[in-house]
Amino acid sequence: MLLQANMPVPKDVPLPLPLPEGLLVTLLVVSFLLHIVFINLMVGGSIVALWAQIKGLKDKRFDEFAHEVGKTITVNKSLAVVLGVAPLLSINALYTVYFYSANALTGYAWIMIIPLVIIAFLLTYLHKYTWKALENSKRLHIGIMAIAVAIFLFIPLIFLTNVNLMMFPEKWGVVKGFFSALMLPNVWPRYLEFIGASVGVTGVFLVWYSGRKNYPVETIYNGTFSRYELKKLGFSIAAVGLSLQVLFGVIVLFTLPSKGMGFDVIGIMGVAGLLLVTALWYTYQSIIGEPEKIDAHFKKIVVAMLVFMVAYGGSRQLYRHKSLDKHQQLMAARTEAFEKRSKEVRENPVEEEQVLEIDPSLGDVAEGAAIFKQNCGACHQKDKKLVGPPMTEMVAIYADNEEGLKNWIKAPGKKRPDFPQMPGFPQLSENDLQEVSNYILSIQ
Amino acid sequence: MDFPMFHLDWLNDRFLIATIAILHVFINHGLAVGFVPYITWLEQKGVKNSASNQITDLKWDQLIYQKMKVAFIITTSIGAMTGVGIWFSAALISPSSIGSLIRVFYWGWFTEWLVFVTEVVLILIYFLTWKNANTSLKAKLKHIRFGWALSIFSWFTMAIIVSILGFMMDPGNWNTDKTLLNGFTNPIYLPQLLFRTPTALLVAGVFGMTLTVIFTKKGSELRSKAVKYAGQWVLVWTPLVILGAVYYWSVMPSAMKDNMSTAVGTMEFAQYYNLLKYFIIGTGALSILLALWAVLKPRSVKLVHVIVPCLLVFGFLGIFERVREFIRKPYVIGNYMYSNLLKVDDYPLYKKDGILKYATYTSVTEITDENQLEAGKDVFMNACSRCHTTHGINSIVDVFESMYGEGKPLSEASMIAYIPNMHNGRTYMPPFPGNQVELEALAAYIKSLQETGEVLEGVQTSGVDVNPNFTATSVSKELEEKNESEIALNKD
Repeated sequence: MLLQANMPVPKDVPLPLPLPEGLLVTLLVVSFLLHIVFINLMVGGSIVALWAQIKGLKDKRFDEFAHEVGKTITVNKSLAVVLGVAPLLSINALYTVYFYSANALTGYAWIMIIPLVIIAFLLTYLHKYTWKALENSKRLHIGIMAIAVAIFLFIPLIFLTNVNLMMFPEKWGVVKGFFSALMLPNVWPRYLEFIGASVGVTGVFLVWYSGRKNYPVETIYNGTFSRYELKKLGFSIAAVGLSLQVLFGVIVLFTLPSKGMGFDVIGIMGVAGLLLVTALWYTYQSIIGEPEKIDAHFKKIVVAMLVFMVAYGGSRQLYRHKSLDKHQQLMAARTEAFEKRSKEVRENPVEEEQVLEIDPSLGDVAEGAAIFKQNCGACHQKDKKLVGPPMTEMVAIYADNEEGLKNWIKAPGKKRPDFPQMPGFPQLSENDLQEVSNYILSIQ
Repeated sequence: MDFPMFHLDWLNDRFLIATIAILHVFINHGLAVGFVPYITWLEQKGVKNSASNQITDLKWDQLIYQKMKVAFIITTSIGAMTGVGIWFSAALISPSSIGSLIRVFYWGWFTEWLVFVTEVVLILIYFLTWKNANTSLKAKLKHIRFGWALSIFSWFTMAIIVSILGFMMDPGNWNTDKTLLNGFTNPIYLPQLLFRTPTALLVAGVFGMTLTVIFTKKGSELRSKAVKYAGQWVLVWTPLVILGAVYYWSVMPSAMKDNMSTAVGTMEFAQYYNLLKYFIIGTGALSILLALWAVLKPRSVKLVHVIVPCLLVFGFLGIFERVREFIRKPYVIGNYMYSNLLKVDDYPLYKKDGILKYATYTSVTEITDENQLEAGKDVFMNACSRCHTTHGINSIVDVFESMYGEGKPLSEASMIAYIPNMHNGRTYMPPFPGNQVELEALAAYIKSLQETGEVLEGVQTSGVDVNPNFTATSVSKELEEKNESEIALNKD
């Protein structure tokens, strides 16, 4: 079967975008890049800290290094979360139908992000603040971080599954839950590319972190690590991350579904790839170079990575735009047609239920009977208990007390323990109330 | 209609949003907006009360720092993530309404975000530089100023969000003038803000007293001093809480009235409304009692004495949120969209043609005898499932059984007579949107739910059926035909 045959075309939210599309896209891409840098530092930082702490079991100085990296995670994670709000807002405004549909179809996993991230955050705090207390139970302490890392490694999969699924409405009809959406093409290569990026960005961050003038390397490491060694370690970590990123970047390119492809997308991605290779090359040069020249390429690496991010983020957005373009046109057409039809019917109402069904054979109480049917008939019958008591009982109580009946209808109380309380009908006009009371009391 | 429906068939969809949102409000009000000024005030007291040759009373400062640490850890993990969680859960359960709100309030939320970023950066600085600031008096005073700046920013985030909350409930405005400014001029904006501000400060004080009792030794000078200060704090804010609460309480019926066709609220509202009265009296009285005790006999205050008022003030905040949510009904956006996510404007069309004809996700488009139950299920999913489950919380079977008798077989005829008129008596219910055959299908489905005990799975497990009339192929074909006929018309 052709994919199109099962591709839903929903209606869009019939309200204009809050700002011109181009501006919204720019805001989305820029704010997302800011967010993702801190996400990279959070995920990469926790991976590096875990690795270093395990290595620290044998080589004490890595334990101290893990401690230092650990301190940065809790700050970076707070910034990562708050910086995530702006891109979330923008993607919600720009791709309302696509994003929310993907969210709902992977619903359990999507909402699990909240408790999972909370747990991971609390674990990183626990890890940070028990460094001294658990000094003699290193395995337990490492275990805390390991759970946090496992969670941090799982969450991006949920996000990537969502942003992937949103681009393919033709899959919405066949996906059943998160795991089936996870297996759509391109999720895994993008995920591994992201993990590489996280480690790469963290490595470069650690070079900067250790190189700060007021960073007291001597007091912290007591001579076990020199500033040069720390920087070299940072570059080595970056090299591992960047290599993974280059490798999986190529796989991403080849596994991208062809729907949104074009020479422009390939061109920008190619440029991005070259920038990444450049960053990797200079990182390698920094590692093997003279100790005095360890900083020589740092700025080039940072610039190459930043430009890479803009180019890669831009190409992803271009890809998304192209793959949804046709579908968005269809959606706009359907929305327009529906709004038009809804307006027609709204302006030419067919009054069927609003009109009282008058039965002329009832004579004087015909109007009251019709009002009764519309407002009371669902719960009250003539001589049988339905929800409330039968009309014959009302007559027995209120035969000589018409005002009492009217007051009760407007604001009923709770009289019978075995009946649900009746809602009030204060919206009935005085005339309607009179008619309906006449009708009730006419019952014999 | 246009979004696959996530559905929790036991817990209830609203319950998910409510849990996350209430937790967020507790933390936001009690541990951030109210707590930061409380902590800053105490930090300042430490400096004032220390000997002239000291920067601050270090033992005191350590206690205040510990309290801040608890608030810091909770706000930056549970607080921050439940804030995001409100978006996530609303998007899952109420996509059409949150999608519409974002289109209109983008800048409001964007501004809120900017203030929020500032707030988080300040809280990081305030907490993480605490220890370093203890090295000189100048640094300490600067640190305290940071605390006050942070207090102001946390209050701003609340002031903005209350405007957005208020706007959603302001009937009419949505249809005429969709700007954020209306949120601020909304009749319940000021009462809400005047209620929330002192309440946040009160909750912070009681929570702070609880932490004090946990962190300090029984009978110690430190505990008695800290308990006394917390008592003073609570004593100052409680009268304002009562005033704010009464003001907010008194404008609630008018907010309610505007949303409903009735002149006075329903009995369900009246029940909540009465409960609120007791909560105001109870919380006010207990807080003052606790505060007086803490001020007069600080030495004898124990954890068991503080924990009940602490839970009560959180409950107080919670119940007001619950009622505010209730006032909104039957709308999710005042006079614009019902709580079943269908727009008021589209009702005439749905009533005429039925809702399934326009539903993107349904397996049934023409109802027949064979597919009646399947159709009823789709009607239920599209028109009822945002608030009702099949057999769980607010179960549709229970609702009808409570009317027609527990355990008695439901009558389709009675339900068919009741459903189209339910909004007349129960004004918090949106009117039934569908046509006659859909009504019959729905009644048959509800009866079958009672008979078979079947449950309804959301799209997160069962996926979606795409309405064959709204696939890309059908829509583009229709579009083509329309274009051709237009071209033909133009030729003529």
